[in-house]
Amino acid sequence: MIGLGAVYVVAGCMFLLFAGLSLRARRFGHTLFYALLALSFLCGDRLGDVGNGALVLGLVAVAASGRLKRASPSVAGNVQPRGNAIFLAALIIPATALIGTLLFRLLPALVDPKQATLVALTLGALLALAIGYTWLRPRPATPFVEGLRLMDAIGWAAVLPQMLASLGAVFALAGVGDVVGGMAGGAIPHGSLIGAVLAYAIGMALFTMVMGNAFAAFPVMVAGVGVPLLIHAHHGNPAIVAAVGMLAGFCGTLLTPMAANFNLVPAALLGLKDRNAVIRQQIATALPLLAANIALLYMFGFA
Amino acid sequence: MLVLAGIVVIAAGFLLRFNPLLVVVVSAAVTGFAAGLPPLAILAAFGKAFNADRYVTVVYLVLPVIGLLERHGLQQRARAVVEGMRGATVGRLLIAYLLFRQITAALGLTSIAGPAQTVRPLLAPMAIAAAEAQAGPAADGDERIPALAAATDNVGNFFGEDIFVAVGSILLMKGVLAGYGIELMPFQLSVWAIPSAVAAFLIHAMRLLWLDRRLGRRR
Repeated sequence: MIGLGAVYVVAGCMFLLFAGLSLRARRFGHTLFYALLALSFLCGDRLGDVGNGALVLGLVAVAASGRLKRASPSVAGNVQPRGNAIFLAALIIPATALIGTLLFRLLPALVDPKQATLVALTLGALLALAIGYTWLRPRPATPFVEGLRLMDAIGWAAVLPQMLASLGAVFALAGVGDVVGGMAGGAIPHGSLIGAVLAYAIGMALFTMVMGNAFAAFPVMVAGVGVPLLIHAHHGNPAIVAAVGMLAGFCGTLLTPMAANFNLVPAALLGLKDRNAVIRQQIATALPLLAANIALLYMFGFA
Repeated sequence: MLVLAGIVVIAAGFLLRFNPLLVVVVSAAVTGFAAGLPPLAILAAFGKAFNADRYVTVVYLVLPVIGLLERHGLQQRARAVVEGMRGATVGRLLIAYLLFRQITAALGLTSIAGPAQTVRPLLAPMAIAAAEAQAGPAADGDERIPALAAATDNVGNFFGEDIFVAVGSILLMKGVLAGYGIELMPFQLSVWAIPSAVAAFLIHAMRLLWLDRRLGRRR
């Protein structure tokens, strides 16, 4: 059955090629960074937990040493323009991801249904690459040189989401959630519904900003405020408390550099000088939207 | 209380502009020590979760194709298409994209678009071309239009995906509440993502229309 394993092999090979190309360009920091990522994708399951921890420390050491210089993502040298057929080539990946996601769910024997989208996305990338080679006839290394140009622009931000997920695991082990939840619960005036709603929704947004991810904040705020106060004491509708609470957290995701894949990576990919430029454009949507979520929860959650 | 030191480390590390990867590792170490965990247990917990979450980084597989197509003028074609369209404004373009992104994300198709897949090669060049047609070239160092394109992609993605019943966050909510003996159907949760999705569309689309009015006036 094709699942994440095959996807990781493809990703590992790509990072290995990136490492090789970086070595050829004598960029040793990048070489080490991509080689460690390739190792993670190709052999991560065989390294053991401590081994993977050491691998992470290696990635951090390279990133913190300042050896990963941010590169410009612009095309170097001449662009060799083609007609509008280039759009068809660009659509191969999303089209394959779309069709594959729908189709693979019908073929659970062939593809792991839980990973249908990632498998389809990988297949789309390979298919588009094959068509690109036959149509555009680039030199064999060209797609990877061009891909590396974009990857170098992203740099260490590429692994920050994975690192934050790991931090969440350590927080869970240390019981951080219970303490934060207890504090948020203790800060509310006794018996105040609007106070509890505000603490829950704003707490979701704030803790999401720290963790870079609403998934880490959700269990904490549900334990501290959501279940004991909103659902038990005030008889809130659990579905609304959960769904709207999570979306209040998403408003926090729009506001934090910790959500690197959504906020820092696009700024890097677009070559923006201000790495927080995307967040600045999101503030004026995120804050009114947080208020809207609070209003939705207050008006419909306790009917 | 001591375990909260890790959160202080994150906030301080960011304000002092240390490398975020370093800040995260130090925060994990401080938190673990404060909770009295042995160093190897902290390292193991960290490494285990890192390995389990590799799928987050898989999306960069699209970069070689995008890079190759850019070398053959993908961004320039995207600009040319918008320049050839009468009545194309940056606001209308981004509103159409916002709607597309919310609907496809609500159908579970979050990975078909994104910063690498669509924003950099297509949406940002189109938005810049449209804004230039409205108000002339942006001032040097004015990065607002490409940043707004990326922001629109995020808003559409976040406030569409929770309508899909099998998305990770829905399953997480169901799992967490089940731990308290509250059994919910994914469908009950995803239905309550719809009002917020509508609010997100209205708020963001209003900002975009407002932008059109401002750009139009400057011309």
